[in-house]
Amino acid sequence: MDFLQLIISGLANGCVYGLIALGFVLIYKATEAVNFAQGDFMMLGAFVCIGFTNHEYMGLDFWVAVPLSILVMGVFGYLFNWGILRHMFGQSQTSIVILTIAMGFIIRFFAGFFWSHEPTSLETPFAGQDIRSGGLVLGIDEVMIVVVTAILTLLFYLFFSRSRIGLAMQAASQNQLAAYYMGIPVKRIHSLVWGLSGMVAAVAGILFASKGAIDPSTGLLGIKAFAAAAIGGFGSLPGALLGGLIIGLVEPLASRYGPPGVSQIAPYAILLLILIFRPGGIFSQTQRKKV
Amino acid sequence: MSTQNTNADVLLQIDNLESYYGPIMAIRGVSLKVHEGQIVTVLGANGAGKTTLLKTISGVMDPEKGTVKMQGEEIQSLEPDAIVRRGIVHVPEGREIFPLMTVAENIAMGAYTRKDRSTISVDEDMVYSYFPILKDRRTQRAGTLSGGQQQMLAIGRGLMSNPKLMLLDEPSLGLSPLLTQEIFEIIVRLNKEQKVTMMLVEQNAKVALDAADYGYVMELGRIVMNDQADVLAASKDIQEFYLGVSQDENQRGQRRWKQRKTWR
Repeated sequence: MDFLQLIISGLANGCVYGLIALGFVLIYKATEAVNFAQGDFMMLGAFVCIGFTNHEYMGLDFWVAVPLSILVMGVFGYLFNWGILRHMFGQSQTSIVILTIAMGFIIRFFAGFFWSHEPTSLETPFAGQDIRSGGLVLGIDEVMIVVVTAILTLLFYLFFSRSRIGLAMQAASQNQLAAYYMGIPVKRIHSLVWGLSGMVAAVAGILFASKGAIDPSTGLLGIKAFAAAAIGGFGSLPGALLGGLIIGLVEPLASRYGPPGVSQIAPYAILLLILIFRPGGIFSQTQRKKV
Repeated sequence: MSTQNTNADVLLQIDNLESYYGPIMAIRGVSLKVHEGQIVTVLGANGAGKTTLLKTISGVMDPEKGTVKMQGEEIQSLEPDAIVRRGIVHVPEGREIFPLMTVAENIAMGAYTRKDRSTISVDEDMVYSYFPILKDRRTQRAGTLSGGQQQMLAIGRGLMSNPKLMLLDEPSLGLSPLLTQEIFEIIVRLNKEQKVTMMLVEQNAKVALDAADYGYVMELGRIVMNDQADVLAASKDIQEFYLGVSQDENQRGQRRWKQRKTWR
């Protein structure tokens, strides 16, 4: 029972990591840039939702606030690319990386200034409730996280395999030049991908903040999600989720059964092992061009 | 004189075009015309600026000077997607397909700028009728196709945008002579049956001149010769430098294989 409970809470954590990793991979695949502010996007999404929902701020109904904050973060991601990053087109990768890191700092300051530097919890209608069956006690928030992530994964799958925009995003990431030649507006597609990853970040943030308290520095766990993305094979969406789940599961198991301190290094140890034995990640998608 | 000098039914007109790669001037004042229904070929060696010319037309590169007019309207400053909407599609060199998507998805991407579902599916059938092998492979990942099939896919995908003008960049690149012939037969058929005007860039001058109505020769970013394709094919310079027909041997009895004539 103890073990099963650990697994469930690990899965719940892993889903959050996985969703942040998904944001990393989306942007990397489409634009070949790495958004080091992805964790801070997640944190901002959480605070936006807290701002809409919690009674000391606007006190909106939770079910109104959630879609609203996802939308706000989508627009934020879109505008970030449209207004700032797009003008860096053609600059070196390093300057884009530094820009996103700087953006992370700005978001952290901003969140602390507008909301609070103290850990804050999202007021959800299901806070504190749990499901009991047999000797198993599951927090409804943890179950919720797993279910929402599963639904989101399905939606993503349908979006990328069925919809016109989703296919165009795939096309633009596989061969940008050919996408231009086919009349796909690649620049707008890039902004839409940033919007999409902002939305994913908002979902991850809302899930995180409904499970426990969040403060502006929580965004730094984006580093762990980055490791998750690398484990899954940077560039594979299912890989990102899987990498997140692996890290999420390893942490509680290592802290329960391992010697003290192991749980902090376990995710990076796994990353190291993957990079040594399977450098492309679990789902590596490298493909050589035929001549 | 040739029909190329009349202004009736000009589809594409380029005047004094200049394009740069950074500081390097790749196109040095090119002017040419493509009439509706023609196959026009642009010949030239590596680095002559042929691909740059096509990239400038399709909007992937912006010219420094000069105009590109499609049916009388200037298009040189438009984004690539707006140019596709005007009926120009670029089938790039080296078969730039979407490797991880299926053949059917690649073909569907060609119709990205179109909304009318019913005519799109008619055109899909049309593409599959020209390239039956693609229909057999429609659920296969495009990256796993052979080189010739990828070239067919690239042309078929280009057709899906319902183009008035198709820019073909080295369709024979890396293909066997037999496959090259097959591809060119289809290009000529598409021109005759689907009324797609073609602008064809080639290093393989023989097949290109056989297929084309009119030809331009580019060297170092300039047009150095232009005439009807059969006239070009018969001209001494073209025969020697592009078709590899050997001329008289020189005084020492050696072939002039080393001296390349330039027109500058």
